[in-house]
Order: sequence, then C-alpha cells, then structure tokens
Amino acid sequence: MDDRRLETMIGRLLQIGVLLAAATVLAGGILYLIQSPSGQVNYRSFTSGDPHLTSFAGIVLSAAHFQSLGLIQFGLLLLIATPVARVAMAVVGFALERDRLYTVVSLIVLVILAFSLIHAT
Amino acid sequence: MTAWEFTALVWGLSFLAGFLGALTGLGGGVVVVPALTLALGVDMKYAIGASLVSVIATSSGAAAAYVREGFSNIRIGMFLEIATTVGAILGAFLAARVGTHALAIIFGLVLIQAAIQSFRGNKGNDLPVSSDTLANRLRLGSSYPVDGKPQEYGVRNVPAGFGLMFGAGALSGLLGIGSGAVKVIAMDRIMRIPFKVSTTTSNFMIGVTAAASAGIYLSRGFIDPRVAMPVMLGVLAGALLGAKVLVHARVRTLRTVFAVVILALAIEMIVNGLTGKV
Repeated sequence: MDDRRLETMIGRLLQIGVLLAAATVLAGGILYLIQSPSGQVNYRSFTSGDPHLTSFAGIVLSAAHFQSLGLIQFGLLLLIATPVARVAMAVVGFALERDRLYTVVSLIVLVILAFSLIHAT
Repeated sequence: MTAWEFTALVWGLSFLAGFLGALTGLGGGVVVVPALTLALGVDMKYAIGASLVSVIATSSGAAAAYVREGFSNIRIGMFLEIATTVGAILGAFLAARVGTHALAIIFGLVLIQAAIQSFRGNKGNDLPVSSDTLANRLRLGSSYPVDGKPQEYGVRNVPAGFGLMFGAGALSGLLGIGSGAVKVIAMDRIMRIPFKVSTTTSNFMIGVTAAASAGIYLSRGFIDPRVAMPVMLGVLAGALLGAKVLVHARVRTLRTVFAVVILALAIEMIVNGLTGKV
C-alpha cells in the first residue's frame, strides 16, 4: 500500500463518517422539533448541562431510548469519532508500509486523543 | 423565540457562515460564533461548543476532495498534530476557566488578525526549498502536482513551525475555531511548504485538532444539542455548496467584503466584551 491509496481510503472513511453523523443529528433534530413545546427558548446564560447529555454512557443510553436530544448528541459523538478513526487508520497504514517512525508518530497522536476523550467522558 | 424559530434562524446564519467560510478559505467558525453571540444573544460557551462541532464536520467532509487533488501531506500533518492536539487540550481546559468577557475579547483579536490576513490577500510562497537536516530525518519533504507534473519540495524550520502549531491548537481549543489561518502561516511562511500543500494539509489537520478538545467541551456542557444541531447541519451544507461554486466565484472581491464584515464583528465582540454585554 502506498501513501496515495492510504490517503484516498482515509478521505473516503471521513466522508462516510460525516454523512452518518449528519443523518443521525438530522433525525434527532426533526424529532426534537416535532416534540418541542411551544414555549420560548433562550441560551443567554450558561448552565453546566444535563448529565445525560454530557457523558458517554448517558448519551448512548438516551439515544438508545430514541430521545431526541440524546440522538443529536450521539450523532455528534459519531462526528467526533471520525477524525479519531482517521488517525487509527493511519497507524495501521503506516505499519503496513513498515514505516516505523510514522507508525509511532500516529500512535502518539492517537494516545493524546484517547487520553483527552477518556479523561473527559 | 420558539424552538422552531431559533433552529431555523441559527441554521440560516450557519449556512451563510459555512458558505462564505468555504469561499474565502477562512472557515465557518470565525463567523458562526459572533453571529450567535451578537445577533441571537447565545452564551459564548454554547456558541464555541457548536462551532467546534461544525469545524470537525467541514474538515472531515472536505478531506476526500483535497486528497484526490494530491496536495495534502499526511506525514507533515500527522507530525504537527502532536503539537496541535496537545495545544487543543490545554486550550479547552482554559476555555472552561476563562470568563465569557475575556473569551469575547480574545475572539475579537483573533478576528482582527484574520481580517488583516484577508485584506493582504495571501498569495503565499510557491518556491520550493530543500529540506534541512531535521526535516530530512523526519522525511517531511514530498512532491505535489504543478501543471500535471510532480514538483519536489522540502521543509525547513521544523521546531519553530511545531511551536506555532501548538499555539494554533491552543487557540482552536480556547475559541472553538479551526484556526486554519495560523496553521497555514506555520507551514507556508515558517516551514516554507508550498501554499497549496499548506492549505490542504491544514484542512486535514483541523478535524483532528478539534477532536482533541471536543471531549472536554462535551463533558463541560459546552455542546448543547439544541444549539449544535442547526449549527452543524447549516455550516456543513453551506461549506459543501461553497466548495462547489468556488471554481466560478470572484474570490478577490469577496475576500475584501468578507474582511470588512469580520473586522466589524471583531470590534463589536471586543466592545461587548469590555462593557460586559456578551
């Protein structure tokens, strides 16, 4: 496998991930608007948010119950996962090319991303 | 405002921001955040959370097209992402601590920088150089198509570029933007990488950089689904359309108009930050 083919595969993976994420967010959004009460909304002041929508487990659980906001957040999680998958694919690709230096470089990036995501959620 | 009105308005603004961001190469984030905070009174933290999400969408969505053109350099991107991701984590932690007023002022200053760069019109350098010792050891040099023929290029000043990339990552994490402009400066001006390779590699890196701070944004509640949903869908649709018409557009005039708009938004952000209105 050469660099060009690897990059094309990665590019396509990213597009599929984004489309999947956008479709999920759209589905959740439509559900939210259909169910939304007629009251006023405003986002003028920040509150630290519903734990069901800010933790990995909470989001998955709420999306599994087809709750609109949970579905949107799940779509956004998919979206966040696409660049992470991109880096993971690069690790595999460089390993297949027997490029030790860049296998390590991509692994470092993957570990940083994993640290950030796991530490946060 | 009802939920329907809010969603429709935010979607429309985001579509416009994504469209103009793609045409001018400045990205949607720099317009979405001021539009949400100034026009709709949305709290800065929700605005930058939604913007960060849209940044990932446009970067990943456009990546396939750039790769096909054969410009982006995955080795340079991956190596520099070590710096941008660590910077982004630091920036995201800072964003949770810094007050809203300060965020608005910093955002305004970054907008001014973007406007100035846009006024100047970034022609960039296209004269290839030979790699220095460190770049050679990292095998960063490559080739890209110029008039159908592969043109070799080298890379220089890796430590300085790496350092500025850390800064670009921190700004991205702090303000929820792609900070593509700073990334291009680091690669094009400092590391002497050809302009086209710099811009496409920068776009490739933006998504990974933003993903590094997204988890922290999510857990702190910056990403509210009711705000992020229309922003993400709007910016993505606008950016895809912008990339399609880019070929036919007169970008020069558009860039100047856009720069004026950004400058106006910058001043309003800073004034509102200073007077405590944002």
